[in-house]
Amino acid sequence: MNNGRLMCVSVLSLATALSPVMAQVTAVGDGEGQLNIVAWAGYIERGDTDKAFDWVTKFEAESGCKVNVKTAGTSDEMVALMNEGGFDLVTASGDASLRLIAGKRVQPINIDLIPSWNTVDDRLKTAGWHTVDGVHYGVPYMWGPNVLMYNTEVFKEPPTSWNVVFEEMTLPDGQSNKGRVQAYDGPIHVADAAQYLMFHKPELGITSPYELNEDQYKAALDLLRVQRTLVGRYWHDAFIQMDDFKNEGVVASGSWPFQVNILKSGGAPVASTIPQEGATGWADTTMMHVDSANPNCAYKWMEHSLASNLQSDLSVWFGANPAVPAACTDGRGMQTAEGCTTNGLDDFEKIKFWTTPVSTCAQGECVPYYRWVSDYIGVIGGR
Amino acid sequence: MPRSLSAVLPPRGLADRLTALFWRRPNLLLVLLLAPPLLWLGVVYLGSLAALLLQSFYSIDEFSGLVVREFTLKTYAELLRPSNYDVILRTLLMSAAVTVASVIIAFPIAYMAARYAKGRWKAVFYLGIMLPLWSSYLVKVYAWKLILAKEGILTWAAERTHTQWLIDAALSLPYVGGNSLSTSFIGTFLVFTYVWLPFMILPMQASLERVPASLLEASADLGATPARTFRTVTLPLALPGIIAGSIFTFSLTMGDYIIPQIIGTSANFIGMAVYQLQGTAGNIPLAAAFAVVPIVIMLIYLQLAKRAGAFDAL
Repeated sequence: MNNGRLMCVSVLSLATALSPVMAQVTAVGDGEGQLNIVAWAGYIERGDTDKAFDWVTKFEAESGCKVNVKTAGTSDEMVALMNEGGFDLVTASGDASLRLIAGKRVQPINIDLIPSWNTVDDRLKTAGWHTVDGVHYGVPYMWGPNVLMYNTEVFKEPPTSWNVVFEEMTLPDGQSNKGRVQAYDGPIHVADAAQYLMFHKPELGITSPYELNEDQYKAALDLLRVQRTLVGRYWHDAFIQMDDFKNEGVVASGSWPFQVNILKSGGAPVASTIPQEGATGWADTTMMHVDSANPNCAYKWMEHSLASNLQSDLSVWFGANPAVPAACTDGRGMQTAEGCTTNGLDDFEKIKFWTTPVSTCAQGECVPYYRWVSDYIGVIGGR
Repeated sequence: MPRSLSAVLPPRGLADRLTALFWRRPNLLLVLLLAPPLLWLGVVYLGSLAALLLQSFYSIDEFSGLVVREFTLKTYAELLRPSNYDVILRTLLMSAAVTVASVIIAFPIAYMAARYAKGRWKAVFYLGIMLPLWSSYLVKVYAWKLILAKEGILTWAAERTHTQWLIDAALSLPYVGGNSLSTSFIGTFLVFTYVWLPFMILPMQASLERVPASLLEASADLGATPARTFRTVTLPLALPGIIAGSIFTFSLTMGDYIIPQIIGTSANFIGMAVYQLQGTAGNIPLAAAFAVVPIVIMLIYLQLAKRAGAFDAL
């Protein structure tokens, strides 16, 4: 019986490979014995880093699928590895996922084979970075905002606007913010400036911080040039930023919940907020390779990845938000409702998720990402 | 001719045949021996350089952001854009400053080690110079970040000794100053100098050891003051070593992209620019053009060094 099902799947996957319109897997059979995943560092933990964080060992015992993880450092690496082939799954961020779909490196997912699909956050079920023309190309894994981290000794009340990092001003402790704020050392930070302008200069007509025409782009760069005069050093590495908050007198900066949680647990006087302008963020999806050699194990993992105890521990480990909201409250893992609030669970609507700026956009022609890179180098260099 | 009178014995096997072949064609042996290293040098090493050079003659399409594989000098022209030109100039100035500072600091140390240290002290000197090279480069850089931080040990020591004004004065300098030592060009400069100093001391010491003591004595006998002996005898003879060391410090500073990322104002150096441009940006042509800049500068530098006789001592 099982063998028959397996054959059925094999025939179907063969049909998938041959037919021009991509079909989906229609049944999950026995595991093939192994599973190869491309993932961000810290996404798939088997208790090696910290014994308390292990969501692989049990899965391997139950499914018989040995999990092999290849960590990637950037979205480019992920796309390159998937192009190379030999992997079953990838935890792709918003900028990589659409490239993978466009490049036909990932296959549609049959959500009927994933019983936990209905537990997924409704806001993520048909998100544009994994669902194209109503077809699902993956299972949401985790998401998080880029929050404003601040020093609670300087800010008795949480700052309500990103202006503390964009414009020169006197902070509540009576001193200027010059030299005491930071910004992200990546060209994508242009989007944060654009989002700030979207709120404060509606006459520019910015509708998405990732789709900027020449005028809007120029306004964003001008804002960043003001920011350059305030920033001593841009942050690149999460641990360096934490050190700067402790030893360098930095009191406010765009940051990730990850740093906020670690600094807080070390007793540092910091907190985070999402100001009125909203924030940028990232959302990752587990996607399946078009030529996956182990489709049964892949489907088993996708189902497993939505288990609320895994999601709960993962969100604690990474300081992000689970794709399954029940993970915050059902107490099956380490996450709590307060923890999810800190990580920004309630702020989904305020977040503009990361996508790669391209030249064709809704308003006709936009500034593509490669120019963001060269111009941001100029801005940081004081031009 | 009767066979018994022949001087040439019949070959006894493959080895004999080969020996005979190599004896008759000595060039063949040479070619066979040199082929593997030459292939390595030519294909793997120079080949990748050529591929890089080729990339720099492509350009990126303004609208789609895709690389256009057609010969053009447009990408090189982009290097002259103010923001890119800044990056090159900044890197050059930093490399030059680090090299000059290394020469000034390294000379007395190398001189002591070469002329005065004997026996056990010589070992201590060698160990002292080499020891920092044994620990990880990253550990040293992160340690310096803590030392130079605004609330770090250096500021603390300055406060205790009431010399805070010295640091403040340095930091208030235009352009090189900043908010704290670890977020200013002064900090970047200090760490670069620390990290590359051993590469200056070692060749310098080697060249100073070759200066014959008899020449110094002769100079003194002829009535030269110590300063004059130094200027006209020691320095010219040690110059090749100094230049050899400066090649190290100069090129290492030019290529580094980690130190300016951790310590400094985040302003780009050539290495950092290459790193960023080849990533998600996919602007490989400009990254390649940037990478060619240090190669060209080093070729010019080496040519000048050769003229000054830096390689005579090698």
